Amino acid sequence: MGAVREEATVRTQVRKAMKARERTNMAIFLGPTILIVSFFFVVPVIVDIAISFTDLGRELRITEITTKNYERTFTRDRQLPGVIARTAFYVGATLLIFNTTFGLLLALTTTAIPRTSGTFFRAVWLLPRMSPSVVYAILWTWSIHGGDTSLVNQFLINVFGFEEAIDLIQLEPMWVIIFANGFIGASFAMIILTSAIRSIPEHLYHAARCDGAGSLAVTWHITLMHLRWPLTYIFIWQTLSLLTSFEYILLITGGGPFRSTTVFAIFIFQRAFGSAGQYAYGAALAFFLIVPGVILALLLWRISKMGTLLQRPRIEVQ
Amino acid sequence: MATIEFKRISKKFGDETVIPDMNLKISDGEFVALLGPSGCGKSTTLFMLAGIYLPSGGELLFDDARVNEVEARDRNVGIVFQSYALYPHMTVSKNIAFPLRFQKTPESEIGRRVKEAAELVQVSELLDRRPEQLSGGQQQRVALARALVKNPALLLLDEPLSNLDATLRLAMRTEIKSLQERLRVTTVLVTHDQVEATTMADRIVCMCDGKIEQIGTPEDLYRRPASKFVAGFVGSPPINLFEGTVANGIVEFGDARLEITGDAGSSVAVGLRPEHLYFADSGIPATIVQHEPMGREILYVCETPLGLVRILETAAAASQSIGTSTHFRFETENTLAFDASSEKLIPRVRIRVPEK
Ligand SMILES: Nc1ncnc2c1ncn2[C@@H]1O[C@H](COP(=O)(O)OP(=O)(O)OP(=O)(O)O)[C@@H](O)[C@H]1O
Ligand SMILES: [Mg+2]
Repeated sequence: MGAVREEATVRTQVRKAMKARERTNMAIFLGPTILIVSFFFVVPVIVDIAISFTDLGRELRITEITTKNYERTFTRDRQLPGVIARTAFYVGATLLIFNTTFGLLLALTTTAIPRTSGTFFRAVWLLPRMSPSVVYAILWTWSIHGGDTSLVNQFLINVFGFEEAIDLIQLEPMWVIIFANGFIGASFAMIILTSAIRSIPEHLYHAARCDGAGSLAVTWHITLMHLRWPLTYIFIWQTLSLLTSFEYILLITGGGPFRSTTVFAIFIFQRAFGSAGQYAYGAALAFFLIVPGVILALLLWRISKMGTLLQRPRIEVQ
Repeated sequence: MATIEFKRISKKFGDETVIPDMNLKISDGEFVALLGPSGCGKSTTLFMLAGIYLPSGGELLFDDARVNEVEARDRNVGIVFQSYALYPHMTVSKNIAFPLRFQKTPESEIGRRVKEAAELVQVSELLDRRPEQLSGGQQQRVALARALVKNPALLLLDEPLSNLDATLRLAMRTEIKSLQERLRVTTVLVTHDQVEATTMADRIVCMCDGKIEQIGTPEDLYRRPASKFVAGFVGSPPINLFEGTVANGIVEFGDARLEITGDAGSSVAVGLRPEHLYFADSGIPATIVQHEPMGREILYVCETPLGLVRILETAAAASQSIGTSTHFRFETENTLAFDASSEKLIPRVRIRVPEK
């Protein structure tokens, strides 16, 4: 009897030691991430929400705690509906045309051609992502500005015989920012999908060919089926990043002309830091970006079954 | 059903020639095994049959019609890959049905044929599972069902049994063989396992470095191996080979001398299969160095004037203990001789233990 009890005690002790080690391991491995996430995500959100209930302005003085910022967004800001519609169009078009479809096409075509030329093309598409935003924005402006000397106009006049220069920023400002962001956004999908395509076992393609599938059927049944999760992931991730994107827009069109490219992030920027300097109101507006952001992030977690995407450990560590 | 012919087929990858010049005829309904060591070009040959690789030269004929340029999907070939290559996102039944989608088969018939194929390889209870939920053996059966469902003219099997455990491999060997006999589909099996080839195939094509060393029945390859390579590759445990010089009806191997009859060159390699050697009171002296029980047989390794010799004895318990000095003999008709330089078999040359 005594021996049995002793053994039980020893086992409890071992279990306790294992639990303790599990906790220290968790602290060691996840600690830095948790700290970073709190500092750069949780704390700013709390600060933002706190500010949104004040009247913080340019003078940096809080005189009252109030809900009037939120009342204003719902009732008195006449620009808001337009901004929301523009944002929806901008995000939807960039996402569907460039960040997913075009990125997918780039990945498909650059993996289908010989390896070196494929790598070259992908590197070209990555260049804008690697150059500073300002340089990229200047390149765009230089390419499309309304004078005779812009790249586009030189082409139109000298090659296509146009009579006079056109100003794309005046004519199609929305499409300019969609293209400018899309060119960069596409490379994200391209990188992820290229490696996903590379990881498809070659025998699957051989098998599908022998089973009678043509190129289209092979692309659909093998490649695209394999890319379902990466694509979902890219879709949600890029929605998030487009909702908050503003630097290229600010640098190329500045939200204009006549607010025609003022999407939500730009709008917040203008309200908060523009001539009015209404920090508190900007914070309230930002709150409406945080909400979909958090929802989408959680959705990403659920839809992409993050658990199944993560590899189970090869060795079980206690 | 189809007859296959390789006419001077060659295959290069870049500058590297993998198959230099292959000639081979396979008749309708035949079961042929491509046997050879790793990297000798078996899969490459199979992939050319499937239309996955294009031959670099020569002509490939199916039923006497050139198919060099015919795409894989138009060849009506069923193939089982070494990795099985099941579609991971499809259930077993979708996997099996996949080839039928491209044949404009009506929906109702697809269901029926998938059921039939599944029954044929006994995976009917697994139809709703995904490949990841199957064991290796089950995946192998599903792959076989997928290859057979469209009634292919040609069935290609790339080392289909190499991922299975010994018992299952034995069972699947018999199953595939009887399935093939029932369906009478022309079949090419790739393997590096000589037992697999000899037990399953009607004919074996033995390959080495992209070249065909010998084509023949399992019996041919065992009794009359065309070259030293084939003799060494077919038969288990492997044959004993000794090189010696010939003069006046005698082969000399350092200390040992054997009689030789027939027209051999100046130097030969003598082949003696372990199962054809037996212990005797007189003959070639041998000292037992090691013995390995192999179930119904015992494999001895002996030190002899010829060098180390493997001798196989059919017995449950070892009759010779380690360190014993004894003699071994063999019957003249069981001996093989190969030309030492060309490594080809020299027919009708026999070796005899000299009588003193
Ligand atoms: N796609 C390829 N590109 C270049 N070389 C290749 C390619 N496929 C095969 N080879 C080469 O051709 C040779 C034969 O390869 P193959 O796959 O046909 O061998 P195998 O007989 O099937 O071997 P194993 O039993 O290991 O599968 C090897 O030397 C291999 O390196
Ligand atoms: Mg192979």
